Amino acid sequence: MQTVMSSKMATSNNIAQAKRTVQQLRVEASIERIKVSKACADLMHYCGEHAKFDPLLMGIPASENPFKDKKPCTIL
Amino acid sequence: MGEMDQMKKEAEGLKSQIEAARKAAADTTLADAASGVAPAPRVQLKTRKTLKGHLAKIYAMHWATDCRLMVSASQDGKLIIWDAFSGNKINAVPLKSSWVMTCAYAPSGNLVASGGLDNMCTVYNLKTPVVKTVKELDAHTGYLSCARFLSDTEILTASGDTTCALWDIETGKQKTVFLNHVGDCMCLALSPDMNMFISGACDSLAKLWDIRDGTCKQTFQGHTSDINAISFFPSGNAVVTGSDDCTCKMYDLRSDQEVISYQDAQLNSGVTSLALSVSGRLIFAGYDDFNCNIWDSLKGEKVGVLSGHDNRVSCTGVPQDGMCVCTGSWDSFLKIWN
Repeated sequence: MQTVMSSKMATSNNIAQAKRTVQQLRVEASIERIKVSKACADLMHYCGEHAKFDPLLMGIPASENPFKDKKPCTIL
Repeated sequence: MGEMDQMKKEAEGLKSQIEAARKAAADTTLADAASGVAPAPRVQLKTRKTLKGHLAKIYAMHWATDCRLMVSASQDGKLIIWDAFSGNKINAVPLKSSWVMTCAYAPSGNLVASGGLDNMCTVYNLKTPVVKTVKELDAHTGYLSCARFLSDTEILTASGDTTCALWDIETGKQKTVFLNHVGDCMCLALSPDMNMFISGACDSLAKLWDIRDGTCKQTFQGHTSDINAISFFPSGNAVVTGSDDCTCKMYDLRSDQEVISYQDAQLNSGVTSLALSVSGRLIFAGYDDFNCNIWDSLKGEKVGVLSGHDNRVSCTGVPQDGMCVCTGSWDSFLKIWN
């Protein structure tokens, strides 16, 4: 009796899990997708527009680099 | 047909539908689309600072929004708050549990958080005369792999118990639990508009979640092993992941699919961490082989490498102003590069 009861509960858990999986897949299947070409164009455009504000891409002049150790100047 | 069989059939049908819809949208790849874009310059960054102070492996670091202070976490049982401009230590916070895996700085600069094998997220106030524990957020049944503050009152966590959670720091309770992964959650990242977040897990999937309604909106596949690192592209329209399968990938949210993979036949170490430069053009990815490789995000080519650590690079971070990249390592040091 005990094993029949627990296998019934296991089955109803499995069904509940399967229901959740199907429900999640329904949500994910229903979204609108744009073309990859449009997505890429937007990514490239973003990079292009922001490149000049990207210090790691453009380089940082020594005088404006807060992480660079300032060495004292020696007048020879 | 039994109920179980019916649902299996429906699930298979929906998966085919999703695959077909993704294929229909796949009219190019990012590398092809970007073939006309000028290559990113060869990126040669120098170590500007080496932050010494931890006595064991560093597992995590996070920049403060002032782009000057940062917090690091080490299995020496400490969080250290650093002034990255001077290299000085501002604070050392002793942890109750030394098995720390993550740390986070609140946007306000008032709080930091840590967590790990203690399954808890501990929040600390940095502004009291002595650093004080504000709350111990205790409800996960697995390790804490990642935490990120939304504000001084809300924090998101990712856990080895396969869930992510949104917490009310004042009450110490979980407001929302995000259930859907079937493997340990290893990383999370907040969207620029703070309405969504993405998670990466040991089930090799990345998932996009709506913070307010608690639901998973999209699932991204392609990796063949644990996803250890994840970040949003700055526009908020794409996400970049790093995995134990030795690759990084970019997934576009609106076309719902992978658009490029960052990999190299000679690279056979897992990716531990990643961070993007402010334009999104450069990806800094930390690997198990002690290096941090720099990728051109549009063309998928390696454009540089940060070599200098004597052990695995475990964490990487670029501050909000994009002025440098910080790497943290199992060699117990953090390095600032630009």
